[in-house]
Amino acid sequence: MAGIVGYGAYVPKFRIKTETIAKVWGEDPDRIANGLGIKEKAVAAMDEDAATMAVEAARIALARAQISPEDLGAVYVGSESHPYAVKPTATMLAEAIGATPNVTAADLEFACKAGTAGMQICMGLVDSGMVEYGLAAGSDTAQGRPGDALEYSAASGAAAYIIGKDENSLAVIEDTFSYTTDTPDFWRRPKADYPRHGGRFTGLPAYFKHVKGAAEGLLEKMGRSVDDYDYFVFHQPNAKFPKNVAKMLGVPPEKIRDGLLVPVVGNTYSGASPLGLANVLDKAKAGDSIFVTSFGSGAGSDAFSIKVTEAIGRRDRGRPLSGFLEDKEYLEYAEYAKFRGKFRM
Amino acid sequence: MGMRKVAIIGAGMTKFGEHWDRGFRDLVIEAGIKAIEDAKLTGNEISAGYVGTMAPGSLVGQEHAGALIADYMGLNPVPITRVEGACASGSLALRQGMMAVASGMHDIVVVGGVEKMTDLSTADVSEILGGAGDQEWELFNGITFPGLYAMMARRYMHEYGAGPEMLAAAAVKNHRNGAMNPYAQFQKEITLTDVLNSKTVADPLKVLDCSPITDGAAAVVLAPLDKAKDYMKNPVEIVASAQASGTLALHDRPTLSGIPAAQIAAQKAYAQAGMAPQDIDVAEVHDCFTIAELMAIEDLGFFPRGEGGKATLEGKTAIGNGRVVAVNTSGGLKAAGHPVGATGIKQAVEITWQLRGQAGKRQVPDAEIGLSHNVGGSGATAVVHIYRKVGA
Repeated sequence: MAGIVGYGAYVPKFRIKTETIAKVWGEDPDRIANGLGIKEKAVAAMDEDAATMAVEAARIALARAQISPEDLGAVYVGSESHPYAVKPTATMLAEAIGATPNVTAADLEFACKAGTAGMQICMGLVDSGMVEYGLAAGSDTAQGRPGDALEYSAASGAAAYIIGKDENSLAVIEDTFSYTTDTPDFWRRPKADYPRHGGRFTGLPAYFKHVKGAAEGLLEKMGRSVDDYDYFVFHQPNAKFPKNVAKMLGVPPEKIRDGLLVPVVGNTYSGASPLGLANVLDKAKAGDSIFVTSFGSGAGSDAFSIKVTEAIGRRDRGRPLSGFLEDKEYLEYAEYAKFRGKFRM
Repeated sequence: MGMRKVAIIGAGMTKFGEHWDRGFRDLVIEAGIKAIEDAKLTGNEISAGYVGTMAPGSLVGQEHAGALIADYMGLNPVPITRVEGACASGSLALRQGMMAVASGMHDIVVVGGVEKMTDLSTADVSEILGGAGDQEWELFNGITFPGLYAMMARRYMHEYGAGPEMLAAAAVKNHRNGAMNPYAQFQKEITLTDVLNSKTVADPLKVLDCSPITDGAAAVVLAPLDKAKDYMKNPVEIVASAQASGTLALHDRPTLSGIPAAQIAAQKAYAQAGMAPQDIDVAEVHDCFTIAELMAIEDLGFFPRGEGGKATLEGKTAIGNGRVVAVNTSGGLKAAGHPVGATGIKQAVEITWQLRGQAGKRQVPDAEIGLSHNVGGSGATAVVHIYRKVGA
């Protein structure tokens, strides 16, 4: 069985408030903020991208894992904002952290769930004995078209997980279950700057169907119930969706609170559920059980059952996510537009 | 004139809403089969059909709706004809079907209405619906339908001192009715405050003053009244069918606070039926926007000019008040949804159910006479039908 040997989270220091964006577009700031449940979102600086943020998160994960980067046999980066269309983000990450050259590496894309897809691949490689350790990162500088509803949520952030054998883990991944269909709820065509989405279609037939499908599938496969878990992390494109799916599954609100970062960082896409899990691991104690369900448009969900071990104390060697949440600087809309390349000159 | 009397012997409809997993043909066929089953027909008795649909070519790329329906309902070689009159397409189809039976040309006729709208973005759908107005003089200059009806609302408020709460009251009442209709898109009650605090679409209209974008279909089966009892024990007679035209563009009308074509269609319908507004127990009116319902209940003579808003706010059009007339028991376009071509037929289906005593929790007690009022565009086409419970 595989487990989480180390993990790291990174959120850039810049934020833009929902009300700042709403004012630009003549929308009612309170209506938008209350509707989405997002107060502000994290914005990558001009010199940051999915690769640099993944590196920041991976370095913290290595510090916690207490392994040499050369022991990583695999590196995967999941993102929908890879800096290059062709040229891997994963090679940049592997080189930057010193994992090259004896390592397999590749990029993954599955909208908001490529990060957890990478974790599953690493679990398979570790369980089969092909590698001793694998690193899976979810990292995005998500883009929303100016004026689109997505602009209030599309944010920047990254998390990285080092997967190894369970005896060396600070949390064991007991099992995983996926639910995947061809559902066109959100997409971005080649050479397009911004994604398109199906409005309300992204809800019931996309997010809710897949998150519920994966979560219920894993509970049934393991013969478990909601009561067997202390924490739940759901993909969080806004605050409303994860709260509603929790209600549908009978999860009490207090069990999703620590894994719900979207109100203060926005939707970090491939980073979103991995960041939520990182915040829970920062607070969990040995013996706690954590249930994670990601979602990626297109569409699919990966559910994980995770049990925290006595080795959780090793987390103190890495910077906690709370440090990134507290260290912030607000941007005006024009600065944000400049940072995220929304001006064409 | 030697015309035959015509009755509705079967009625059926799909649930109205966002049918993401179902196409144009799935919807219209479901409604058609339900109506045919309701009439206890095998299908072989049908000798003609009419279908109202506004813009399938633009909305789903499918023209030639009549042939598609004949083919997929297994009705070939029965002739099926598409009829178009913007949002009044459904009622126009009903009128064509009724005339075909009345004239003696056909005995059993199936009439449907359908629209599949949610495959496109709201912006695309708004542009397509804009085609119901004057493309050169209105749409080209940036006016959309919420804008046209907002101007009518402004004028109505100016002339009669009506307030936004009177508009909102129509939406509140229709949502209350829709909450009792299992076929409605929105089966949820709302409050006056919800409407007044909702986002402005075109001042003074808020988003909760506007009907939604909807997928859906409805169908009825018509027969000569003297043969209707062979198929169904409680048919509903169509005692009047009147249609009138008005100017295509709003700015060419003599008034903005009422729809002249609807007034004329109503007068003709009452004359045909030998009835007066006071005879109507239940009415389905065209509330594409809340202001449209206030104008409709005045154009139909239920209330004097300028008093529709106050009457609505006072609950005089609610179900079971026993005082005037129950309006939009289905939830209207606002709560039941507005798949444009289907709306006119949905109105006929709702009235049929009301007059047969099959409207469940929203049943109007002792309903014997019903009316439907269907408007195309901002009032360039208006159709009024009056229905009577047979044996009443």
